[in-house]
Amino acid sequence: MGEKKKTIVCRCEDLTLEDVEQAIDEGYTDLQELRKKLRIGMGPCQGRVCIPIVMKILERKTGKKIPKKSLHTSRPPIVPVSLGSLASDEK
Amino acid sequence: MNKKADVVIIGGGVTGCSLAYNLSKKGLDVSLFEKSYLSSGATGCCGAGLRQQWSTHENAELAKKSVEIFEKLSKTLNYDIELRQGGYLIAIHDEEEMKQAEKNVEMQRSLGIKVDILTPENINDVASILDVKGMDVVGATFCASDGHANPFKTTFAYANAAKKQGANIFTQTEVTGIKTDKNQIKEVMTTKGSVKTNVVVNAAGVWSKDIAKMAGIKTPNVPLRKEIMATERIKLLFEAMVISFKDGIYFSQQDEGQIVGGIPIPEQKSGFKTMPTFSFLNHMSKTLTRYAPVLKHVNMLRHWTGFYDVTPDSRPILGETKQVKGFIHCHGFSGHGFMLSPMVAKLLSDYISEGKTNTVLDSLNLDRFKGKKLTGETYVVG
Repeated sequence: MGEKKKTIVCRCEDLTLEDVEQAIDEGYTDLQELRKKLRIGMGPCQGRVCIPIVMKILERKTGKKIPKKSLHTSRPPIVPVSLGSLASDEK
Repeated sequence: MNKKADVVIIGGGVTGCSLAYNLSKKGLDVSLFEKSYLSSGATGCCGAGLRQQWSTHENAELAKKSVEIFEKLSKTLNYDIELRQGGYLIAIHDEEEMKQAEKNVEMQRSLGIKVDILTPENINDVASILDVKGMDVVGATFCASDGHANPFKTTFAYANAAKKQGANIFTQTEVTGIKTDKNQIKEVMTTKGSVKTNVVVNAAGVWSKDIAKMAGIKTPNVPLRKEIMATERIKLLFEAMVISFKDGIYFSQQDEGQIVGGIPIPEQKSGFKTMPTFSFLNHMSKTLTRYAPVLKHVNMLRHWTGFYDVTPDSRPILGETKQVKGFIHCHGFSGHGFMLSPMVAKLLSDYISEGKTNTVLDSLNLDRFKGKKLTGETYVVG
């Protein structure tokens, strides 16, 4: 159990393997519900680090393959952009 | 799946889940069907605000009573919904708007809502990051007990409590048809089987028009596509939600530190397209940095779309329809479903279980669109 507390799954939100497994045990077995409960994929990495790992954990715990369509959509911006740059008319 | 239910709720957003909680608390056998996952529609895309400052008294009353429920909700449902009451600051840009605001504040105060009218000098006492000159204001109204809560967690909290009381919640289950007999609801068909019932609640948000059609009912609501963005997390800079009806902007800083906000784009139209636009980003960043110049240094992280389920008078359609007995409307929230959901669910569950009517429910009935002159809600942003 100690290992699970130390294994970071989501660096943006500082979530551990234990946090993710606990939420799945509580019944959040849909990737999107899990995302909304834990905020995985909502940080600066936009899910590039955490989502594939969380999918694996979810598949292992539920024994069900996650359909591709349950992945969240990629939307702009790909990397964080300052509001100042976005507001500027310079191209 | 169960073969029958006292009540079938269509839609697993905050309103549907809140209804499942209220009805199962009264001992009714409830089945809720959600075609995707809980909070997958407008609830999960919304700006999370709770506002009591409205131009129509029905909305103000529903919002005030909802805030009273929100204040106790984390305890009642034993689940932290992350309520924070940092107030709503409504920017007022000219004398005309001020006259309207004074009238609305009077109505809001008559309902017991505490609202202050601020001079431009007082605005920075509420939120020091605002540039009063950039905002171009003559004043503002401020209600300190307005605020925001976490829409996902509120939905999950209601759903979990409902399940504990025996409600059956089916996700990834789409309603495919509604059977009526002599204008009475009889059965609901889904992708996972059918359920016999005498009462159906249409809480399907932007999809509610199609659901109503299944029972032969025409409704005037349309889906309006909206965009919203979130920045990176930063130290808490301000507590209030800031909105302007003239500029259409709203923004607030959430508990975790991100600033979340939206604004309409000039080419806005109805429909189900979900890809965000650069026009929004440009419009939003320009207006936001005009209101709070210091934010130009903050990174924008995420950007998504959601829908307002909009009615001709921007007010919800609530209560039983006269055409079909047992068909209950609970949609058309026009962008304000989350903040009105606790009280709306309470009123509708009182009606469904005990037949109790209410003046607010009566005036928000579907029949109001028939030929009569409508009193529209004008306090709409985003």
